[in-house]
Amino acid sequence: MNAATANGGNIIEVHGVSKSYGGVQANTDISINVPYGKITGLIGPNGSGKTTLFNSIVGYHPIDEGSIQFEGREISKLRVPQIARLGMLRTFQQTRIYSKMSCMDNMQISVSQRNRPMTDMFKARDKGAIVERAEQLLEFVGLYQKRLLISGDLSFGQQKLLEFAMALMNEPKVLLLDEPTAGINPTLINGLIDRLKRANEEFGVTLFVIEHNMRVIMNLAEQISCLAHGEMLATGTPDELQNDQRVIDAYLGAH
Amino acid sequence: MNKTAHDGKIFAGLIAFGILGPLLFPDYTLQIALMWLMILMASTWDIMGGQAGYNSLGNIFFFGIGMYVSAIAQIGMVYDVAAYTSAFGAIVVEFTDTQYFTGLVLGIILAGIGASALSILFGVTVFGLRGPYFAIGTLGVALAAGELISGWGYVGGGGGISMPVYPGEAGASSKTFYALFFVLAISALGVIRWLLGTQFGLALNAIRDDEDKAEAMGIHTLRYKLIGWSIAAFFMGMAGAIFGNMIGFIEPLEVAFPTTTFGIFMVAMALLGGKGTLWGPVLGAILFHVVKELTWTYLLGWQWVALGLIIVVNIVYFQQGLLGWARDKWPEAFGLKVDTDAGAAAREAAE
Repeated sequence: MNAATANGGNIIEVHGVSKSYGGVQANTDISINVPYGKITGLIGPNGSGKTTLFNSIVGYHPIDEGSIQFEGREISKLRVPQIARLGMLRTFQQTRIYSKMSCMDNMQISVSQRNRPMTDMFKARDKGAIVERAEQLLEFVGLYQKRLLISGDLSFGQQKLLEFAMALMNEPKVLLLDEPTAGINPTLINGLIDRLKRANEEFGVTLFVIEHNMRVIMNLAEQISCLAHGEMLATGTPDELQNDQRVIDAYLGAH
Repeated sequence: MNKTAHDGKIFAGLIAFGILGPLLFPDYTLQIALMWLMILMASTWDIMGGQAGYNSLGNIFFFGIGMYVSAIAQIGMVYDVAAYTSAFGAIVVEFTDTQYFTGLVLGIILAGIGASALSILFGVTVFGLRGPYFAIGTLGVALAAGELISGWGYVGGGGGISMPVYPGEAGASSKTFYALFFVLAISALGVIRWLLGTQFGLALNAIRDDEDKAEAMGIHTLRYKLIGWSIAAFFMGMAGAIFGNMIGFIEPLEVAFPTTTFGIFMVAMALLGGKGTLWGPVLGAILFHVVKELTWTYLLGWQWVALGLIIVVNIVYFQQGLLGWARDKWPEAFGLKVDTDAGAAAREAAE
């Protein structure tokens, strides 16, 4: 991994980012690094600015101050589709899929747009390597049996799995997951954690995960950062954070 | 898959009707020619309106642009356009057969190219709008074009232009224009059918379902929208050129940019048949055209009421259109799969 060593081993480097909505300061002077090939967690109480930070990173809105680098390249001025084509994708807290199309169609249109020649848009659908890859990934998330159904008819949990499979279809270098287990049946959560870990290990996708479920994030991430009131509170291993008095106070509302 | 065979049968049926129709009912040649125009309008509208969810009310703009581009090209080939139009028909230019037909072919092709080019120019601006704002924005473009051309002396302003006169005997022109509309409509359907079978078709559907998601996945959404619209504009421009030549006299408000008739009809027809399907707009156009011609003949005075009634019933009770309604009722017949394990989602929710 040349790129990995070139940038101190970090795929995303956020330096001093601030973002306000009118009078509300959502993020203040946030700095965070996401190392290559690892799973990094982001926690914090409701309204602490986690999703705002995600939105800033993927180019959803301009930031007020600071710099965001992806593989050593400044991306804070780029827009969402450009950043997505570089290889950084996000999934949404409220699952977003193409609800009137079948699962297979959802997968086919999610192929990577990186370095894709324009003539590819006129290639026949339902043919070739794309179909094979789509079926493999649907199998991977356990939706193969449902592949021909209209995706909007799936249950919420299944839609989340489909969105995850669509993201993998895009062959991202890094995937930002906004609460992947929210709204999912607790009995299915273990399977999801397993799949996230396998995506990280087998497909080499770096993961950056917002998660409220402490059990999940402590299991998953190697390094966790905690936000509170739009500011970076602490960063460390799961064990360090669990025993950090400031983090405990933030979650118990001592501020 | 049997979808190809199924579509093939419908194409064969349409082509057979297109050839036999005017032979069996020569008196209705003009009506059937207009039916092909209606099919073309509804189907090309559906590329953006139905497949990509961008409901344009201004596609008639391309029709009028095509008409004027062809007029300028055809007249300009043999005469000075400004002098011709300022004489208000007092100058009769004699076209030889060769001049007329090369002019016609060239005019039609340039009309398609000109309309396509303008669609990209305007598309860059109006595709920044979404939902109702896009509809009103495109309507504004079409209305403004009519008014602007009314004030443009070079092309005769509101007074219009007399098109070159068709050479040969009186009956021959209707056969030629019929053939042109027929071939153009079938070609448009063929192109749309092909387009929907590619990644391009999937991208349009993705934009319809969730454009923000499509952007977040890195899809060049603007590129797809511009290409989709320019294909519609290409066919609409050529249709405008043929229509102008068939009518023989063009003017901006009623003939070239009829926003309140053809401009609305094409949307109503696509909605009636079922937008977002290949054959819905075709079915809608045929039904709408037949009802329109019948009411014009037998219910004169009530024709607009009848058409209005169709639109109201369509919007209130059959929003998904006839084919959309049939697809909801018999999904298997349309190649859609239904969850055989229907209780699964409910069980999961209950757990």
